[in-house]
Amino acid sequence: MHMPLEDTLGLNLLAANQHRAEHNREHFDAWNLLCLNVMSSPGAGKTSLLERSLAALSGRWAMAVLEGDMTTLLDAERLEAVGIPVVPITTGRACHLDAAMVSGGLKLLHQRLDPAALDILWVENVGNLVCPAEFAIGEHRKVALLSVTEGDDKPLKYPVMFREADCVLITKVDLLPHLPVDVERIEAHIRQVNPRTAVFRLSATTGEGFEAWHDWLDAQRQAVQTSPTLLHA
Amino acid sequence: MTRCLLLSMHEWKQQHAPREPHVDRVHLEVGTFTCVEPDQLVVTWSDAVKGTWLDGSELVIESVPLVGRCVRCQATYSPDAADGFRSPCCQHPMEEIVSGRELRIRSVAYGFEPSPAHVPPTTPRPTAAR
Repeated sequence: MHMPLEDTLGLNLLAANQHRAEHNREHFDAWNLLCLNVMSSPGAGKTSLLERSLAALSGRWAMAVLEGDMTTLLDAERLEAVGIPVVPITTGRACHLDAAMVSGGLKLLHQRLDPAALDILWVENVGNLVCPAEFAIGEHRKVALLSVTEGDDKPLKYPVMFREADCVLITKVDLLPHLPVDVERIEAHIRQVNPRTAVFRLSATTGEGFEAWHDWLDAQRQAVQTSPTLLHA
Repeated sequence: MTRCLLLSMHEWKQQHAPREPHVDRVHLEVGTFTCVEPDQLVVTWSDAVKGTWLDGSELVIESVPLVGRCVRCQATYSPDAADGFRSPCCQHPMEEIVSGRELRIRSVAYGFEPSPAHVPPTTPRPTAAR
């Protein structure tokens, strides 16, 4: 029998991940690039968003993608077709990317190019509205997508994701005429859990809303360039 | 989440190196406005620690309720999804969170097995007289 001892820690349960995320962030800042963590449920349109934004912005910004997926390389192959460097990260059974996985992806990316030459690094997370919200990867901004086909209740059902997001993109708005969904109500629910987040309505099919979304991106890129202290906590 | 907790516990263990702590209990504080389901974490913990240095340890989770503060009138309230997380006093969106986002290892109850040098010698049993 041992003498009972007790350590009072007050330690973040995710401390180990947080340390790795901070390490990733140090690299991003040293390379002077903006890192975006793109999150949503499966099928909300993350890859379609990236296809359109990468094609539209490739003349303005040097970009690369870390593509998280549980098993396949299908999304990575779609994005490579745009002509942007893509590093796939297959997570196996894990339902989210963590900082260590992103660190591994960065090493592979570094073998292909000099990250300091990049302006924006996109990290497409695994499709999941729950776990990715809690796991920092060192990103500067968290971007959450919600498609209009998912219904207006999702911000209230999965509030942590929308609370954590610096920007929420309401996607597939070209389908609104065919759906019994009130987009105003979707946006109101997002703002109820996170009054400070930026919200844009987009269609990757028609291109609607992309100009405003890209203006927001430009502003974030400039903010990181001029003041890295304005980063996502 | 279990993997992260194990990694954090491993970092804690290294602080005691080279001694090997025997962990009895790990106390967590988990906010209700997080992505952690306490019951599920307890089950996955008991499976994950089998055969490891944490085998036999108990995970005790204290739930921390979600409390918001209305930025209009400064009253605290319990945000509820059914009410859209709005403050009941001013119907204001959930701007400030006072508690409920905790994911914290509060404390670890543990001990060290006494080294052989500190084990009191056993007294020889008297031989029974015939």
